Amino acid sequence: MDIIVLLKQVPATESVISIADDGKHIETENLKWVINPYDEFAVEEALQIKQKQGGGTVTLLSVGTDKTVEALRTGLAMGADKAILVKDPAAEEADGLGIARILAAVIKTLDCDLILAGQRAVDDDAYIVGPAVAEMLDIPHIAMVIKEEITDGAVRCTRTIDGGTLIQDVPLPALLTTQRGLNEPRYASLPGIMKAKKKPIDIRSLADIGLEAGAVAPKVRVTALKTPPERTSGRIIEGDSARAKAAELVRVLHQEAKVI
Amino acid sequence: MSNGVLVIAEQIDGVFRKVAFEAVSEGKRLAEQLGGELTAAVLGEGVDTIAGELARYGADTILTAQEPALKEFAVDAYTKVVADIVAQVDPSVVLVGATMTGKDLAARLAARLDAPLAMDCIGIRLDGDTLTATRPVYGGKVLAEVTLTGTLRIAAIRPNAFGLKESTGPGKIEVFAADPGDPKIRFVEKQMETGKIDLTEAEVIVSGGRGMGGSDYTILEDLADALNGAVGASRSAVDEGWRPHSDQVGQTGKTVSPGLYIACGISGAIQHLAGMSSAKVVVAINKDPEAPIFAKSDYGIVGDLFEVVPAVTQEVKKVKG
Repeated sequence: MDIIVLLKQVPATESVISIADDGKHIETENLKWVINPYDEFAVEEALQIKQKQGGGTVTLLSVGTDKTVEALRTGLAMGADKAILVKDPAAEEADGLGIARILAAVIKTLDCDLILAGQRAVDDDAYIVGPAVAEMLDIPHIAMVIKEEITDGAVRCTRTIDGGTLIQDVPLPALLTTQRGLNEPRYASLPGIMKAKKKPIDIRSLADIGLEAGAVAPKVRVTALKTPPERTSGRIIEGDSARAKAAELVRVLHQEAKVI
Repeated sequence: MSNGVLVIAEQIDGVFRKVAFEAVSEGKRLAEQLGGELTAAVLGEGVDTIAGELARYGADTILTAQEPALKEFAVDAYTKVVADIVAQVDPSVVLVGATMTGKDLAARLAARLDAPLAMDCIGIRLDGDTLTATRPVYGGKVLAEVTLTGTLRIAAIRPNAFGLKESTGPGKIEVFAADPGDPKIRFVEKQMETGKIDLTEAEVIVSGGRGMGGSDYTILEDLADALNGAVGASRSAVDEGWRPHSDQVGQTGKTVSPGLYIACGISGAIQHLAGMSSAKVVVAINKDPEAPIFAKSDYGIVGDLFEVVPAVTQEVKKVKG
């Protein structure tokens, strides 16, 4: 089975995010960059499916910069076979649909049975790219998958919905997006890291994949980044006993904050 | 090109999600500003019995799209029908509730219509023809203002972030002849956790972390029950296997906007603080006075949560009578 994993490199979730002087971007110096955690689930699931199906390839596909090669090498070290990186200055300000258009253009030139993607990237939290790629390829998708089972050209998925889960069947080829709980991603082993150095990373420009810059011009633009309002009071409730503190807390929540 | 607003009002098992009413309320405000009509649409089976509820928040027209294929959410059938509704209504703005299924629908719809989409918004502003949405990014560490360019804009609004506002509208109910097309996704089974309030829609969340020391969350459940709220958890508690993944609040879990968030035995890792940053009032209960959570809380109690939480529950019951 040939599987494509959509992968994005993002700042590690433990990062403190500061806003750059232009007020529209973040400071990227001194950040630790990692594979988007939801994409890690996708890499892991792809490797498990390949093993279960007894063959095929796992191809990582990303839109990024030179730095993104690090994340792709990590995915290759986990066990993916090869990687494709689309790198182009015109792609750097693309919105979710623009990124999806780039990914779909590449996928159209490849053979694949299944595409796996993170439900969202933990940087822009947009939840757009996976479903949009499926739409542009005219294949079905199921989002937020916590369990999948492939049988006879179809996949049965358990996905989360608010307040429960839904089990759905979908024929292949299809795209699935991952939800926490799907698997526990493996760490790259030392032999895996050594092998990854020799695995191919194919770097392409927009022109290479037949897209013009205008095709990815954003319709959604970030005009400002702001820090959320700080909580100012930070009042510690004092009291002689747990009971006294509890009584005072409930009093202020009821009478002052008016949330009870 | 109309200047109207279309709201897709989500229901499950014949009950509207609260965010459906929030979306209609916000849709009314935007429609008034645009000088257009507000259309609300509900997809499902047997939904004509509940459709009238949308009139209370000012819908001018309520479309019911009823089909067996729409009984349960399937993104392909839903996208097809909503795209057909958009073609008929020709709105300037489409609002969807940013639930897990709403986000899924919004993304696929945006791609089909090639329309700009702002996901999980906590604020929407119209300046003339320009729509600007405020949305948390980096799990809530930063707020982004984004402008959407085009004659059709889509916004998915975060549950609990927009208020409810009752207003009058004609609330004329019309049947929309839904054609789900040839859906590929087949329904197998649905399992709902009965009686559980979803974290994203809860007005009150009581969360537990490593300080809980184990999987017995009874004292938090009791407090949540007294406050008619839901129980959440930190990543540590989920990683320990004490709580399900669906309860995790944080950058790689759920970002929540309750009126009251009570963090019990949670030290306050940056990912967790991000996920709860849009809560209106935050209370921290922790025995470590140096825990970072206190700096991000409105009120704090330094103490043993196993003593403090049950005492808070007792006091809440007194106040609530």
